[in-house]
Amino acid sequence: MAAIEIDHVTKMYRRHGHSRRYATLKSALLTGSLAKDLRPEESFRALNDVSVTIRKGVTYGVIGRNGSGKSTLLKLVAGITKPTTGAVRVDGRVSALIELGAGFHPEISGRENVFINGIMLGLSRREIAGRFDEIVEFAEMEEFIDAPVKTYSSGMYMRLGFAVAINVDPDILLVDEVLAVGDEGFSLKCLDKFAEFKRRGKTILLVTHGLSMVERFCDEALWIESGEKRIVGDPKRVVQTYLSDVERAEDLLLAAQDAKAQQTPVSAPPEPVVTEPVEPAPESDAVAEPGPVSEVEAEPETDAADDDAQPDNMFVAKEGRWGSGGVRIDQVTLEGDHGPAHVFHTGERMTIRMQVSAPIEVDDFAFGISIFSTDGVCCYGTNTHIEEMISESLEGNATVSFVIDRLDLVGGTYKLDVAAHKRDGFSYDYHRLLYTFRVKSRTKDVGIYRPRHGWSFSDNVRFKPDTDDSAPAGSVSVPAVDPAPAMTAPSPPTAEDAPTE
Amino acid sequence: MLANLRQLFRYRGLIQTLVARELKARYRGSVLGYFWSFINPLLLLLVYSFVFSYVMPRGEALATEPYAVFLFCGLLPWTWFSSSLSDGANVLIINGNLIKKVMFPAEILPVVAVISNMVHFLLGLPILLAFLLYYSLSLHLSELVWFPFVLAVQFILTLGLVMVLAALTVHFRDIKDLLSNILTLWFFATPILYPMSFLSPRAKFYMDYFNPFAHLAISYQEILFYPGPFGHWKWLLALAVAGVAFFVLGYWLFDRLRDSFAEEV
Repeated sequence: MAAIEIDHVTKMYRRHGHSRRYATLKSALLTGSLAKDLRPEESFRALNDVSVTIRKGVTYGVIGRNGSGKSTLLKLVAGITKPTTGAVRVDGRVSALIELGAGFHPEISGRENVFINGIMLGLSRREIAGRFDEIVEFAEMEEFIDAPVKTYSSGMYMRLGFAVAINVDPDILLVDEVLAVGDEGFSLKCLDKFAEFKRRGKTILLVTHGLSMVERFCDEALWIESGEKRIVGDPKRVVQTYLSDVERAEDLLLAAQDAKAQQTPVSAPPEPVVTEPVEPAPESDAVAEPGPVSEVEAEPETDAADDDAQPDNMFVAKEGRWGSGGVRIDQVTLEGDHGPAHVFHTGERMTIRMQVSAPIEVDDFAFGISIFSTDGVCCYGTNTHIEEMISESLEGNATVSFVIDRLDLVGGTYKLDVAAHKRDGFSYDYHRLLYTFRVKSRTKDVGIYRPRHGWSFSDNVRFKPDTDDSAPAGSVSVPAVDPAPAMTAPSPPTAEDAPTE
Repeated sequence: MLANLRQLFRYRGLIQTLVARELKARYRGSVLGYFWSFINPLLLLLVYSFVFSYVMPRGEALATEPYAVFLFCGLLPWTWFSSSLSDGANVLIINGNLIKKVMFPAEILPVVAVISNMVHFLLGLPILLAFLLYYSLSLHLSELVWFPFVLAVQFILTLGLVMVLAALTVHFRDIKDLLSNILTLWFFATPILYPMSFLSPRAKFYMDYFNPFAHLAISYQEILFYPGPFGHWKWLLALAVAGVAFFVLGYWLFDRLRDSFAEEV
């Protein structure tokens, strides 16, 4: 039995323009049709032929990027707007938690507003009177209920709005990203209320960016992307697909940033002596080598003066590139398990691959990398010299790879230095913070480094069995800073690393 | 259409609540509170009486003595009419939150605007009555029975206009500014400050056929102010028919544009 049926729904919005206002007034008056008279370039397709069936008693999550049409979908179900084509059928009393406290009048008291709001949402005066205490108690507003609403804080306003809406006792509850209401305690209460709805077999349609909430609560999920249905089904699978798409997009963004970063700063100016060091100087001789990333062809012989141009304090993070050019790093790629990437998962393999070239044979060289967190902390740095590798010769094009077996960094954004230099530190080509990568982690542990680890306990310490993560939000059975056993579980040799007693 | 009207009836509880909220909120925070509903028309009356009795005294021949009472008979319904229109034109925009975010029957809002202004009108009536008694003007039952009918005609006519204005203002905000000027013109073009007999036949002709409110004003004046039988009833009946027709038209237009409100507000 379907509670909500969305049948080939397309929704167009008008783009606001002034030129055709008069014409639209005329046609609106004559034919009553606004949408039909619009030329295609003046309308915007918020939803495109979307069909969804939501069965009774199902908690249904809708995810997607900003502006993908999620809220439009919700408004259509709520009956606030009508589809341009297609049909929406809803079976049962609907309550929409879209804008909390919409229609509260600022001048009159909370008490009166609860009544008015309740009547607006379809309750009778008597029903509200019966639930009044419950509403006030839920909103934690006992003290202020007789004060005018204009004196409320925004949190109080939202809480009261939420309490009224949830007490309408709908068959279908529409929720649009409203759990950012109030403090931690209140959010938990809201979640409990949702769980209760669920138990009582009500239908919930949830639009949210909180993916973990979708995974935890929903029976089914839908991902929409620029008004089109992408996939429907098991929430875990939908969220995973969505996340990997988001990562791909992030990857592209970071790649674009990197490309830009590599183009820009070269401290050591090319032959025509340009004084401003941060200028990309595209019109000079950057054309000499038409690489994908426009490189500076011949970097002039640098002397000690250029060496001084190096940042005096290596912990002052400043992007840039300098060096004599005796050995040049032409290209840097980051590779994950599945080829080039900018987004990695904690514990994944990462390869930093440098394409280097030495126009003339050199015998004194070293390669180095360091990883910085966004707040400028050096997470790790090394070079071949430190690792006591003695250089012998390098000429022509070559590849240098630095392989990190497990990228055991906590989630966050990191920047990368790569360098080719003499053993005494004289730079051939130093790329300072030019490369960015992101580490994703489903565990919210803190710090920089995540050692491979595990927990072990004596017999009288017991945890609830791992029920996947479908436990209701209220029951916190594991310590708050628990580094998610699920993450470490698939790597058996952790026992060695774990500080066992 | 009928279904719509039935729905409107079904929402009477909500309308009632919203009217009460409107009245409560209007004077919330003022010292005199509800008394403003009495005081406002009284002050307005004082201003006009002062101007037309002392600043620009009229000729003696006018059949409008006592002038204050004559003026009040037209001024009070006009205030209801004009503030309904100016409130009503804005009502969808001001309550945009309701239309955009909640399932809310939009037509309730114009109805609330008209009714809450009607309540102010009704609250002003006792003052008018006091004036009538003070000047010992005789009221005839045969005339007074028409009073509720005039009220009803004004209500339906105003509501029709407000429906049109509310729906169009959502799309064309210019209406708001235009309206206030039109209402000023309309006020002076209506026999409120002056009696109908004051007009040239040509002006009278235009008044009869193009100013619906003139008939309402004349009806109020004949019923309450002038002695003798209520002679304007034919016009009033015609206006009633036109008013109902206009309301139907207004509601139809409102209904046609309804779906666009949530997007345009």
